[in-house]
Amino acid sequence: MNTILVTRNDLLLLLGFTIAVLAMPIWLQPFGAAYPDLMQRFAIYGIFAIGFNILFGLTGYLSFGHAAFFGVGSYAAVWSFKLLTMDAIPALVFAVLISGLFALLIGYVSLKRSGIYFSILTLAFAQMSYNLAYSVLTPITNGETGLQLTLADPRHLDQALGISSRSPALLGQPLLGYAGFYFCAGLLIVAFFIAQRITGSPFGMMLRAIKSNQTRMHYTGFNTRPYTLAAFVISGMYAGLAGALLAITDPLAGAERMQWAASGEVVLMTILGGVGTLVGPVIGAWIIKYFENIFSAFNEGILHRTFDFLPDGLEDAVVLVTSKFVGEGWHLTLGLVFVLIVVFLPGGIMEGVRRLVHWARRPAEPGRASPRPQPAE
Amino acid sequence: MFEVILLQFINGLDKGGAYALIALGLTLVFGTLGVVNFAHGALFMLGAFCAVTFQKLITLETVTVDPSQLSPWGTPVEVREPLVQAWLGDFGAVLVNYSVPFSLLLAIPVMLVIGIAMERGLIKYFYKRPHAEQILVTFGLAIVLQEIIKASFGANPIPQPVPTDLRGAADIGVMLGLNPGIITYPIWRLVYFLFSGVVIGAVFAFLRFTTFGMVVRAGMADRETVGLLGINIDRRFTIMFGLAAVVAGMAGVMYTPLLPPNYHLGMDFLVLSFVVVVVGGMGSLPGAVAAGFLLGILQSFASMTQVKALVPGIDQIIIYLVAVIILLVRPRGLLGRRGVMEA
Repeated sequence: MNTILVTRNDLLLLLGFTIAVLAMPIWLQPFGAAYPDLMQRFAIYGIFAIGFNILFGLTGYLSFGHAAFFGVGSYAAVWSFKLLTMDAIPALVFAVLISGLFALLIGYVSLKRSGIYFSILTLAFAQMSYNLAYSVLTPITNGETGLQLTLADPRHLDQALGISSRSPALLGQPLLGYAGFYFCAGLLIVAFFIAQRITGSPFGMMLRAIKSNQTRMHYTGFNTRPYTLAAFVISGMYAGLAGALLAITDPLAGAERMQWAASGEVVLMTILGGVGTLVGPVIGAWIIKYFENIFSAFNEGILHRTFDFLPDGLEDAVVLVTSKFVGEGWHLTLGLVFVLIVVFLPGGIMEGVRRLVHWARRPAEPGRASPRPQPAE
Repeated sequence: MFEVILLQFINGLDKGGAYALIALGLTLVFGTLGVVNFAHGALFMLGAFCAVTFQKLITLETVTVDPSQLSPWGTPVEVREPLVQAWLGDFGAVLVNYSVPFSLLLAIPVMLVIGIAMERGLIKYFYKRPHAEQILVTFGLAIVLQEIIKASFGANPIPQPVPTDLRGAADIGVMLGLNPGIITYPIWRLVYFLFSGVVIGAVFAFLRFTTFGMVVRAGMADRETVGLLGINIDRRFTIMFGLAAVVAGMAGVMYTPLLPPNYHLGMDFLVLSFVVVVVGGMGSLPGAVAAGFLLGILQSFASMTQVKALVPGIDQIIIYLVAVIILLVRPRGLLGRRGVMEA
């Protein structure tokens, strides 16, 4: 493998991404989203979506049960806080390992099938985990209340070292506010970097080959299982990492994180942003989390002020209609946008951007025939 | 012991009936149009809300304040009179009492229209697209539908009344010659089971004995040839989609007294119904029905205290567990045709 894996474009993309993430507190200011709590969630769900895309985007296997790994990651992190230490690093390692193991188990079984069966198998496993977390596994998950930190937690490692911190910390530095955000942002960049390396590597090429024609891969005497399983486990670990980060920023884990709705959300994020692209899923995650936060805060009062310039009767009508799409009804908007995206723009926002760029460039260079390079057969 | 087993067996029948009806519709759509419809659960939910709407319409009432009468705490009595009762007399009272079965009359045309609109408006563009995209677009549609319902009816479950004559429990044990009091069963659940049986029978008879059904079956087997014979198979398939929506809607209407409907009712049932379809075999109608009842009954057995003591939590996961085992051991499902979606 002596080929150059890092091209200039890759480096530029990574650099641009790093700057965009680290500068979030600045460029999100005008959008009213520059507070650590929300930006943390941007980073966390960005990681989740990047990981999901490694499976769905590269191999084409649509998992409807990824929230299970997210939830397992959260539980593992909280247990690490309870039993070992309030430090974030053991919690992350623990969560990634456990969710990786969990993904190995589920992936081994689910990947025996493909297509819709794979989707249903993963959905079945996620629902099983969710139902069990609510019922029999209550000693581990604390059921409906959710797993919380208590004063009686042993925290063996902390006790041995004589630390008595009560909130998640990184080497003694409490992860609150901006510290928490930069911690998550750092991990998001690392996660992005790893995903970029995977996509560019021969391994990533294999995965994409599986997506485009698995049968041909089989006919050439190629066993695809280890590759799909590896992709599944990696993406499960990403989900576990994201789940653990959510538990670190707020040490509480509930079973609803594993429900199919949560699995559906990450699918929405990835599709909205652009399946199979590196940046797309992250953008999808940001957009969904942003509008979830902003839209759901809209109420009729704000709407009335927004549409103040309209005549009274018209204003009331407009407010009545729009109020169905914001606030409580923001999921309706999300669903509609999602349907439109799948129908008209299956490549998501990234494809939209590409088309726009393509459209803007064409009139400038009328002489060029097809700017898109044709792949060699 | 026999009684215990029998009791659990019939306990699973009503739920099994609901699973079978939804799975039947899913299979009809998959078998005819080749579309994996994640919005089918939403159709079940829409049916349930047809019942809610009908019940609301029918219990519209006039409220008049009668100052000549005083309630025990000294305020004028409000006299409420349902409009339907005022107009139609005794028949109106029956209508109010039997609002759930009567809402079938509303649900059938409404669901037919919704189904056909859905197919013509959205799903027909997805025949040739991969299954993953079909799942995605119908999933989005399901979100839209359930959010519309949430916006119009609120998020809380809305209980529906059982007709007074059908309340209470029937002593099935006595009918079978056992001692009274051993096997009693709520009448409405019995009604639901019989209803699902009738609907399933009707769908099969429709496909078996009518020319329309014959053409549809021919189209399921070989769409291209049927098309070449000069038959407009697409239009018939659209109608089958409408029919599947009607079946799901009727299943939803009749289920409302058993489970007060709320907006995410559909998704809860959808996940299970897909499992049912997969267990029965994609594209196999008898498979869907058999698997629906089988899983309903298995679930009821798994909820027995003795079983739960043996394997804790089994009642929560039994259906999924069965699905996983079936998918791994017998890829085409219980009654699936060889070669259909076996990959």
